[in-house]
Amino acid sequence: MFLINCPFCGEREQSEFKAGGEAHIVRPKQPTELSDDEWAEYLFMRKNIKGIQFERWNHIHGCRKWFNMIRDTSNDQIKAVYKMGEKPPVK
Amino acid sequence: MPNNLRFKTSKFIDETYRVSFKFNNKIYFGFKGDTLASALLANGIHLVGRSFKYHRPRGIMTSGSEEPNAIIQLHDNSSRTEPNVRATEVEIYEGLVASSQNCWPSVNFDIGGINNLLSPILPAGFYYKTFMWPASFWEKYEYFIRKSAGLGKSPKVADPDIYEHKYIHCDVLVIGAGISGIMAAKMAAKNGFKTLLVDEKSYLGGSSIYDNSEFSKINNQITSSWLEKEINEISKLENLEIKTRTSVAAFHGYNFLLARENLTDHLPINQRENKVRQRLLKIRAKKVITATGSIERPLIFDNNDRPGILLSSAIKRYIDLYGVACGENNILFTNNDTAYETAMSLIQRGIKINAIIDNREQIDSKISYEVEKNNIKIYKGYTVVDTYGYRRINRISIMKLSKDGQTVIGDKTKLNCDCLGVSGGWTPAVHLFTQSGGKLKFREEDQVFIPNVYPSDQISIGSCNGDFGLEEIIKNTLTSIKKFLDIDNSEYKTVETISGLNQSKRNIWLLPSDKSIGKTKSFVDYQNDATAKDIKLALREGFRSIEHVKRYTTTGMGTDQGKLGNMHALGIISETAGTKMGEHGTTTFRPPYTPLTFGTIVGRNVGKFFDIFRRTPIHDWHVANNAEFENVGQWKRAWYYPKDNENMHQAVQRESKAARDSAGILDASTLGKIDIQGTDASEFLNRVYTNAWSKLAVGKCRYGLMLNEDGMVYDDGVTTRLGENHYIMTTTTGGAANVLGKLEDYLQTEWPELDVYLSSVTDHFATISVCGPYSKKIVSKVIPDLDLSDEKFPHMSFKNAKINNIKCRVMRISFTGEHSYEINIQANFGKSVWEKCMEAGKDFNITPYGTETMHLLRAEKGFIIVGQDTDATLTPIDLQMDWIVSKKKYDFIGKRSLYRSDTIREDRKQLVGLLTENPEEVLEEGAQIVADIKKSPIEMLGHVTSSYYSPNLKKSIALGVVKGGKNMLGQKLIIPMENKNINVTVADPVFLDKEGERLNAKL
Repeated sequence: MFLINCPFCGEREQSEFKAGGEAHIVRPKQPTELSDDEWAEYLFMRKNIKGIQFERWNHIHGCRKWFNMIRDTSNDQIKAVYKMGEKPPVK
Repeated sequence: MPNNLRFKTSKFIDETYRVSFKFNNKIYFGFKGDTLASALLANGIHLVGRSFKYHRPRGIMTSGSEEPNAIIQLHDNSSRTEPNVRATEVEIYEGLVASSQNCWPSVNFDIGGINNLLSPILPAGFYYKTFMWPASFWEKYEYFIRKSAGLGKSPKVADPDIYEHKYIHCDVLVIGAGISGIMAAKMAAKNGFKTLLVDEKSYLGGSSIYDNSEFSKINNQITSSWLEKEINEISKLENLEIKTRTSVAAFHGYNFLLARENLTDHLPINQRENKVRQRLLKIRAKKVITATGSIERPLIFDNNDRPGILLSSAIKRYIDLYGVACGENNILFTNNDTAYETAMSLIQRGIKINAIIDNREQIDSKISYEVEKNNIKIYKGYTVVDTYGYRRINRISIMKLSKDGQTVIGDKTKLNCDCLGVSGGWTPAVHLFTQSGGKLKFREEDQVFIPNVYPSDQISIGSCNGDFGLEEIIKNTLTSIKKFLDIDNSEYKTVETISGLNQSKRNIWLLPSDKSIGKTKSFVDYQNDATAKDIKLALREGFRSIEHVKRYTTTGMGTDQGKLGNMHALGIISETAGTKMGEHGTTTFRPPYTPLTFGTIVGRNVGKFFDIFRRTPIHDWHVANNAEFENVGQWKRAWYYPKDNENMHQAVQRESKAARDSAGILDASTLGKIDIQGTDASEFLNRVYTNAWSKLAVGKCRYGLMLNEDGMVYDDGVTTRLGENHYIMTTTTGGAANVLGKLEDYLQTEWPELDVYLSSVTDHFATISVCGPYSKKIVSKVIPDLDLSDEKFPHMSFKNAKINNIKCRVMRISFTGEHSYEINIQANFGKSVWEKCMEAGKDFNITPYGTETMHLLRAEKGFIIVGQDTDATLTPIDLQMDWIVSKKKYDFIGKRSLYRSDTIREDRKQLVGLLTENPEEVLEEGAQIVADIKKSPIEMLGHVTSSYYSPNLKKSIALGVVKGGKNMLGQKLIIPMENKNINVTVADPVFLDKEGERLNAKL
């Protein structure tokens, strides 16, 4: 079970959190101008890689804040956590 | 008790304290300090169980948690009965009752033993191969297979014991209290680390605590004496907590571990009253030191499973720790020096050793010379090729090994014995390390897997790290712990060790035999009866992956998870396939290390604590008034209120009629309520609902439909504008938490620029809905100051009011299609206001109704219930609710998806009304809907989502989803049921008062 460093509360058990899928997928500002394929790209297409992945997490049983996490899915190492709207600290 | 097997030399056994126990209905005696296994051995009993597949007689093989054979049923038929308990781990107490498993009628004469004779036709994969055809016979086979499957009996009544969970946080966790674990714990605790030391045994010190040999010494003291002083010292350390009888079950990522602490299993039953039996420790450690030791390997030869064949180290433990001799005529069979330590322990007590069979041609160690000096015959370069004796070993035959160890040569020699100790070297117990995600490497010299890459802040020390010699263990423990904890002071000055053992080993995974492999039974997995022959067969049949071979042959799949034989299986696979052992890797080690009881896993979360449930503020009134309850999410909701022995149907018919003819009252407190404030609240609602919100006047209410981004209906409810920048949103009962989560998600991640704040106020208000033709009269009696005239308080509007000076919010909204009011008041006044309404409605036949009637009433009006009539595949267009989707709004959640090529298909499933040909016939919810029953296969067009008998319309009504249903109005369809076909007609989903006359009636 992960020990997650919530950017607002500090280290907490994974059981307090909820995973929210891939991060940095921005909702299109003008959805009506997109083709079916372009909209489907936003709606359905998600990466599932072995290695460094950018994810959204929510401290659902804590401060309820969403934040981003960089995690290596091959060994579950959390490389960094950062607030929504912030640039990832590692590329 | 045959006294010749018990030696009064052990300080771990209290010979003044005799304990009686029952095994297979016979009474025996042991001493305090015995395990069930040691006490049975002291009574000369080796045969304790039958194997799983062949029902072969099996005896005690080990002295610890790795035991594959001596698994027994504890507490026989009592409520505490527990199957698959390792006799080697059970500490005996007065009155213990245990029996053998997997045998009938008895362990000495077992009918299932016939499987042993049938074994040539029971190869690996027998079940897969045999019971495949004819396929239709499977159901008949299954009965017999199930009957013969499984070990032991599960309890049939509730567990009387108490269990609990506990969190522990520490700087350093040390697993295993052998020499290296004790040293590590001392170094950590003395250097200021808050340390926890756990060990699965009842005593500390591991196998060194009974090592009294002159051949291994520390600082010129006998190992056990040196260690005792160390234990004495650490037990006084303030920084160190020690837990014995505590077995680590799982080592998860981020140094999160689960351990089971056994608190009462060693006590007589009458001393366990009101005590916690087992505790599940949830340990989060900053640093973990694994010192779990190693497990001795057996040797794989023909008939290596007879009762009386034990690991050599187990024989040593039984004599040194418990003072019990496993036999009177012993033979040891080894490929390394460990067995000579056992030999010395036996020699010291004058127990006879008939011979030692050693695979090695050259043996060069002090201890082996000493054994030879005692006139023990050592057969060097020999192997055992067969054993004899059905219920107990009585003879073995040996032959000389060829130079390459692949064959046997020369003549067969037969030797008598009643106990055979085997030693194939040691396997580091890396189970926990690999569970944590650690990667192993294979060390060729002595053919062991050892820790290589650590996934977290942890280290393995001692023999679980592949250090087997005393000197190595101590030296490496000191240096690696100093480095690991980053400390200067090791707490130890020079530690001098002397060891008479040499680490040489001649490793042969499968020992050769004079017979062909097909004629041998060389067991690799004792519990599941997997033999070397089975593994070779699997390879011949094309299995290559170790994971596949494991499942096909069931090697390592017993309750012991193959702690003894898994390495040999790997070895035999790589030898047969001609591959390198390190390349195969190992099978996956999964938690728990030893089985956990269900009680430990669930802890206190049993009975009424199994799951929490939520009650409305009016709950007690519902209980007092005979309500039946329904679970909705975690809520208990009043379902219906039966009167005078009514059944559910009768009650619901009465309640429904009353709600339309006079007055009904519903507890709607469970509806989710979200308070929305901020200058951008209107804009926010515009974005999350499909309809427009900017123009909603203060004091007005509006129904809203919320979609997912994929266009599918997610939730619905009425939202009221309380002020310029203040709304209260209601959600479905079950969806409340998820809706709040979703709204927060958009607010925080997509639209952080919006000035909007959300808070859940579901629990803060009680919600009472009064409906029906007399609702106005009733509410005006409860809140006389409130002007209820249609001009001042029209449908879909809201008023602040006061009841006895308590503020409340009243909405005129309706889920039934009747004129109705919803009173929202601070939760703690809910029950008294409800009672006030009941009192006020006494003369108007006010009738409390539950969720079932609510569902019926709304179905008459064709109102959907999200989650019942929808299932995340329906858009508002599919629901024929086009009217609620704004055409003008530029964007809202899910808008773009409403005109994807898939969502604009005409033949999507759409919500329709269904009327049965026979108005008395009520459809079953979930029933399939078809057009043509002659077509094969029948095309399913959809299914019934809601169905009721309407007392107001005096006919059966139903809602359903049907492919292309929108254009099928009036069309005949069929609902095929098990014994009949029901004819239905597609109808408008609004069955009652489409014009809304009842809603707007002048009352």
